[in-house]
Amino acid sequence: MSPHNPRGPSRRRILALGPGAAAAVVLRPVAAEAATRTESTAEAIRRFAGAAEIRPGRVHLDLPPLVENGNAVTITVTVDSPMTEEDHVRRIAVFNDKNPQPNVITVYLGSRGGRAVLTTRIRLADTQRITAIAETSDGRYWSTTADAIVTLAACLEG
Amino acid sequence: MARTLINVPKAATAGEVVTIKTLISHPMETGFRPGADGRIRPRDIITDFTCLYDGEPVFRAELFPAAAANPYLTFTLRATRTGTLTFTWRGDNGFVQTETATLTVT
Repeated sequence: MSPHNPRGPSRRRILALGPGAAAAVVLRPVAAEAATRTESTAEAIRRFAGAAEIRPGRVHLDLPPLVENGNAVTITVTVDSPMTEEDHVRRIAVFNDKNPQPNVITVYLGSRGGRAVLTTRIRLADTQRITAIAETSDGRYWSTTADAIVTLAACLEG
Repeated sequence: MARTLINVPKAATAGEVVTIKTLISHPMETGFRPGADGRIRPRDIITDFTCLYDGEPVFRAELFPAAAANPYLTFTLRATRTGTLTFTWRGDNGFVQTETATLTVT
Protein backbone atom coordinates (compact mmCIF):
# COMPACT_ATOMS: atom_id res chain seq x y z
CA MET A 1 0.00 0.00 0.00
CA SER A 2 1.39 3.38 -0.98
CA PRO A 3 1.54 5.98 1.78
CA HIS A 4 0.29 8.63 -0.66
CA ASN A 5 -2.85 7.38 -2.35
CA PRO A 6 -3.58 10.00 -5.05
CA ARG A 7 -7.34 9.24 -5.08
CA GLY A 8 -8.11 9.39 -1.35
CA PRO A 9 -7.53 12.34 0.97
CA SER A 10 -4.00 12.57 2.34
CA ARG A 11 -3.20 11.69 5.92
CA ARG A 12 -2.43 15.36 6.56
CA ARG A 13 -5.85 16.45 5.39
CA ILE A 14 -7.65 13.89 7.52
CA LEU A 15 -5.65 14.98 10.57
CA ALA A 16 -6.53 18.62 9.89
CA LEU A 17 -10.23 17.70 9.63
CA GLY A 18 -10.17 15.32 12.57
CA PRO A 19 -11.11 17.33 15.65
CA GLY A 20 -13.79 19.32 13.83
CA ALA A 21 -15.40 16.23 12.31
CA ALA A 22 -15.33 14.43 15.65
CA ALA A 23 -16.95 17.42 17.41
CA ALA A 24 -19.73 17.54 14.79
CA VAL A 25 -20.50 13.85 15.35
CA VAL A 26 -20.63 14.31 19.12
CA LEU A 27 -22.70 17.49 19.06
CA ARG A 28 -25.35 16.48 16.54
CA PRO A 29 -27.68 14.41 18.77
CA VAL A 30 -27.47 16.95 21.57
CA ALA A 31 -28.39 19.77 19.18
CA ALA A 32 -31.26 17.70 17.77
CA GLU A 33 -32.60 17.09 21.27
CA ALA A 34 -32.38 20.70 22.36
CA ALA A 35 -34.19 21.80 19.21
CA THR A 36 -37.05 19.32 19.60
CA ARG A 37 -37.98 19.89 23.26
CA THR A 38 -41.04 22.03 22.51
CA GLU A 39 -42.94 21.62 25.78
CA SER A 40 -41.69 21.77 29.35
CA THR A 41 -42.58 19.08 31.88
CA ALA A 42 -44.68 21.56 33.87
CA GLU A 43 -46.68 22.45 30.74
CA ALA A 44 -47.29 18.79 29.92
CA ILE A 45 -48.49 18.14 33.48
CA ARG A 46 -50.87 21.11 33.26
CA ARG A 47 -52.20 19.76 29.95
CA PHE A 48 -52.91 16.46 31.75
CA ALA A 49 -54.32 17.79 35.02
CA GLY A 50 -55.70 21.18 33.99
CA ALA A 51 -55.77 23.70 36.83
CA ALA A 52 -56.45 21.04 39.48
CA GLU A 53 -54.29 20.88 42.58
CA ILE A 54 -51.81 17.98 42.55
CA ARG A 55 -51.09 16.53 45.99
CA PRO A 56 -48.23 14.24 46.92
CA GLY A 57 -49.21 10.75 48.07
CA ARG A 58 -51.13 7.59 47.20
CA VAL A 59 -48.96 6.95 44.12
CA HIS A 60 -45.88 4.71 44.28
CA LEU A 61 -43.32 4.74 41.51
CA ASP A 62 -40.83 1.90 41.35
CA LEU A 63 -37.78 2.31 39.17
CA PRO A 64 -34.14 1.29 39.54
CA PRO A 65 -32.11 4.14 41.12
CA LEU A 66 -29.09 3.27 38.97
CA VAL A 67 -29.85 2.51 35.32
CA GLU A 68 -27.13 0.90 33.22
CA ASN A 69 -29.02 1.05 29.93
CA GLY A 70 -31.47 3.89 29.40
CA ASN A 71 -33.03 2.20 26.38
CA ALA A 72 -35.30 -0.05 28.46
CA VAL A 73 -35.99 0.81 32.07
CA THR A 74 -38.73 -1.14 33.82
CA ILE A 75 -41.04 1.04 35.86
CA THR A 76 -44.04 0.09 38.00
CA VAL A 77 -46.68 2.59 39.09
CA THR A 78 -49.06 1.57 41.87
CA VAL A 79 -51.87 3.72 43.26
CA ASP A 80 -53.56 3.09 46.62
CA SER A 81 -57.19 2.74 45.63
CA PRO A 82 -60.00 0.26 46.36
CA MET A 83 -60.89 0.36 42.62
CA THR A 84 -64.65 0.24 43.21
CA GLU A 85 -67.34 1.91 41.11
CA GLU A 86 -67.42 4.88 43.54
CA ASP A 87 -63.69 5.21 44.16
CA HIS A 88 -61.22 4.21 41.47
CA VAL A 89 -58.29 5.56 39.51
CA ARG A 90 -59.25 7.05 36.17
CA ARG A 91 -55.90 7.89 34.67
CA ILE A 92 -52.20 7.51 35.41
CA ALA A 93 -49.58 9.53 33.54
CA VAL A 94 -45.80 9.39 33.72
CA PHE A 95 -43.60 12.38 32.87
CA ASN A 96 -39.85 12.88 32.52
CA ASP A 97 -37.56 15.89 32.86
CA LYS A 98 -34.84 15.48 30.24
CA ASN A 99 -36.08 13.34 27.34
CA PRO A 100 -36.86 15.19 24.09
CA GLN A 101 -40.58 15.02 25.01
CA PRO A 102 -42.02 15.28 28.53
CA ASN A 103 -44.70 12.57 28.16
CA VAL A 104 -43.82 8.94 28.75
CA ILE A 105 -47.14 7.10 28.96
CA THR A 106 -50.76 7.83 29.86
CA VAL A 107 -53.10 4.99 30.83
CA TYR A 108 -56.86 4.95 31.30
CA LEU A 109 -58.24 2.59 33.93
CA GLY A 110 -61.67 1.88 35.35
CA SER A 111 -63.31 0.09 38.22
CA ARG A 112 -63.04 -3.17 36.23
CA GLY A 113 -59.28 -3.02 36.48
CA GLY A 114 -59.31 -4.52 39.96
CA ARG A 115 -56.01 -2.94 40.98
CA ALA A 116 -54.39 0.31 39.96
CA VAL A 117 -51.03 -1.02 38.87
CA LEU A 118 -49.06 -0.62 35.66
CA THR A 119 -45.70 -2.00 34.59
CA THR A 120 -43.94 -0.97 31.40
CA ARG A 121 -40.50 -0.24 30.00
CA ILE A 122 -39.38 3.27 29.13
CA ARG A 123 -36.43 5.15 27.65
CA LEU A 124 -34.35 7.59 29.67
CA ALA A 125 -32.11 10.01 27.79
CA ASP A 126 -30.28 11.30 30.86
CA THR A 127 -30.02 11.18 34.64
CA GLN A 128 -33.32 12.68 35.63
CA ARG A 129 -36.45 12.79 37.75
CA ILE A 130 -39.58 10.84 36.78
CA THR A 131 -43.02 12.01 37.92
CA ALA A 132 -46.14 9.83 38.11
CA ILE A 133 -49.56 11.46 38.50
CA ALA A 134 -52.87 9.68 39.07
CA GLU A 135 -56.38 11.05 38.70
CA THR A 136 -58.97 9.42 40.97
CA SER A 137 -62.69 9.21 40.20
CA ASP A 138 -63.43 12.11 42.57
CA GLY A 139 -61.38 14.35 40.28
CA ARG A 140 -58.39 14.73 42.59
CA TYR A 141 -54.79 14.37 41.47
CA TRP A 142 -51.99 12.59 43.33
CA SER A 143 -48.34 12.42 42.47
CA THR A 144 -44.92 11.07 43.35
CA THR A 145 -41.43 11.39 41.92
CA ALA A 146 -38.38 9.16 41.67
CA ASP A 147 -34.82 9.83 40.54
CA ALA A 148 -32.77 7.66 38.25
CA ILE A 149 -29.07 7.88 37.44
CA VAL A 150 -28.49 6.78 33.85
CA THR A 151 -25.05 5.58 32.76
CA LEU A 152 -25.90 4.72 29.13
CA ALA A 153 -28.45 7.13 27.71
CA ALA A 154 -31.15 6.25 25.20
CA CYS A 155 -31.55 8.32 22.00
CA LEU A 156 -27.89 9.31 21.72
CA GLU A 157 -26.66 6.16 20.01
CA GLY A 158 -27.45 6.05 16.31
CA MET B 1 -47.58 -8.73 11.30
CA ALA B 2 -45.56 -7.99 14.36
CA ARG B 3 -44.98 -10.78 16.83
CA THR B 4 -46.89 -10.52 20.07
CA LEU B 5 -46.67 -12.25 23.42
CA ILE B 6 -49.78 -12.25 25.56
CA ASN B 7 -49.92 -13.83 28.98
CA VAL B 8 -53.42 -14.47 30.34
CA PRO B 9 -54.01 -16.90 33.23
CA LYS B 10 -55.52 -20.20 32.04
CA ALA B 11 -58.39 -20.03 34.49
CA ALA B 12 -59.64 -17.62 37.11
CA THR B 13 -62.35 -17.64 39.74
CA ALA B 14 -65.15 -15.08 39.51
CA GLY B 15 -64.16 -11.83 41.18
CA GLU B 16 -60.45 -12.63 41.08
CA VAL B 17 -58.08 -9.90 39.94
CA VAL B 18 -55.87 -11.29 37.17
CA THR B 19 -52.67 -9.85 35.73
CA ILE B 20 -52.38 -9.55 31.96
CA LYS B 21 -48.96 -9.13 30.34
CA THR B 22 -48.55 -8.05 26.73
CA LEU B 23 -45.56 -7.47 24.53
CA ILE B 24 -45.36 -6.61 20.83
CA SER B 25 -42.23 -6.53 18.70
CA HIS B 26 -41.91 -3.02 17.31
CA PRO B 27 -38.83 -0.80 16.87
CA MET B 28 -40.53 2.29 18.40
CA GLU B 29 -38.32 4.63 16.37
CA THR B 30 -38.43 7.86 18.36
CA GLY B 31 -37.95 10.39 15.57
CA PHE B 32 -35.01 11.90 17.48
CA ARG B 33 -32.22 9.50 16.57
CA PRO B 34 -29.87 9.93 13.63
CA GLY B 35 -29.46 6.94 11.33
CA ALA B 36 -26.25 5.60 9.80
CA ASP B 37 -26.36 8.40 7.19
CA GLY B 38 -26.54 11.10 9.89
CA ARG B 39 -30.10 12.09 9.07
CA ILE B 40 -32.85 11.92 11.70
CA ARG B 41 -34.93 8.80 11.18
CA PRO B 42 -38.68 9.50 10.92
CA ARG B 43 -40.85 8.67 13.91
CA ASP B 44 -42.50 5.23 13.83
CA ILE B 45 -44.09 4.31 17.13
CA ILE B 46 -47.15 2.62 18.56
CA THR B 47 -49.33 5.41 19.90
CA ASP B 48 -52.29 3.57 21.36
CA PHE B 49 -53.09 0.24 23.02
CA THR B 50 -56.52 -0.94 24.13
CA CYS B 51 -57.81 -4.04 25.87
CA LEU B 52 -61.49 -4.95 25.57
CA TYR B 53 -63.13 -7.55 27.84
CA ASP B 54 -66.25 -8.83 26.06
CA GLY B 55 -66.29 -5.66 23.98
CA GLU B 56 -66.03 -3.32 26.96
CA PRO B 57 -62.84 -1.27 27.36
CA VAL B 58 -60.94 -2.15 30.54
CA PHE B 59 -57.53 -0.67 29.82
CA ARG B 60 -56.11 1.86 27.38
CA ALA B 61 -52.62 3.28 27.09
CA GLU B 62 -51.27 6.22 25.09
CA LEU B 63 -47.64 5.67 24.25
CA PHE B 64 -45.03 8.31 23.47
CA PRO B 65 -41.52 8.05 21.98
CA ALA B 66 -40.20 7.54 25.54
CA ALA B 67 -41.69 4.03 25.59
CA ALA B 68 -38.96 1.46 25.02
CA ALA B 69 -38.75 -0.65 21.86
CA ASN B 70 -41.02 -3.73 21.89
CA PRO B 71 -43.61 -2.09 24.17
CA TYR B 72 -44.35 -4.19 27.23
CA LEU B 73 -47.46 -3.49 29.30
CA THR B 74 -48.71 -5.22 32.42
CA PHE B 75 -52.09 -4.40 33.94
CA THR B 76 -54.84 -6.08 35.90
CA LEU B 77 -58.55 -6.73 35.48
CA ARG B 78 -61.28 -8.26 37.57
CA ALA B 79 -62.51 -11.56 36.09
CA THR B 80 -66.31 -11.70 36.10
CA ARG B 81 -67.27 -14.25 33.45
CA THR B 82 -65.70 -16.30 30.69
CA GLY B 83 -65.05 -13.98 27.81
CA THR B 84 -62.80 -12.78 25.05
CA LEU B 85 -60.02 -10.31 25.58
CA THR B 86 -59.27 -8.23 22.50
CA PHE B 87 -55.93 -6.44 22.36
CA THR B 88 -55.41 -3.75 19.72
CA TRP B 89 -52.22 -1.83 19.04
CA ARG B 90 -52.33 1.23 16.77
CA GLY B 91 -49.40 3.29 15.58
CA ASP B 92 -47.76 5.52 13.01
CA ASN B 93 -47.95 4.72 9.29
CA GLY B 94 -51.34 3.06 9.73
CA PHE B 95 -50.08 0.29 12.01
CA VAL B 96 -52.96 -1.76 13.44
CA GLN B 97 -52.76 -5.18 15.00
CA THR B 98 -55.42 -7.05 16.92
CA GLU B 99 -54.99 -10.22 18.95
CA THR B 100 -57.51 -12.10 21.05
CA ALA B 101 -57.32 -14.39 24.06
CA THR B 102 -59.93 -16.20 26.10
CA LEU B 103 -60.24 -15.75 29.82
CA THR B 104 -61.96 -18.76 31.39
CA VAL B 105 -63.77 -18.03 34.62
CA THR B 106 -64.84 -20.95 36.78
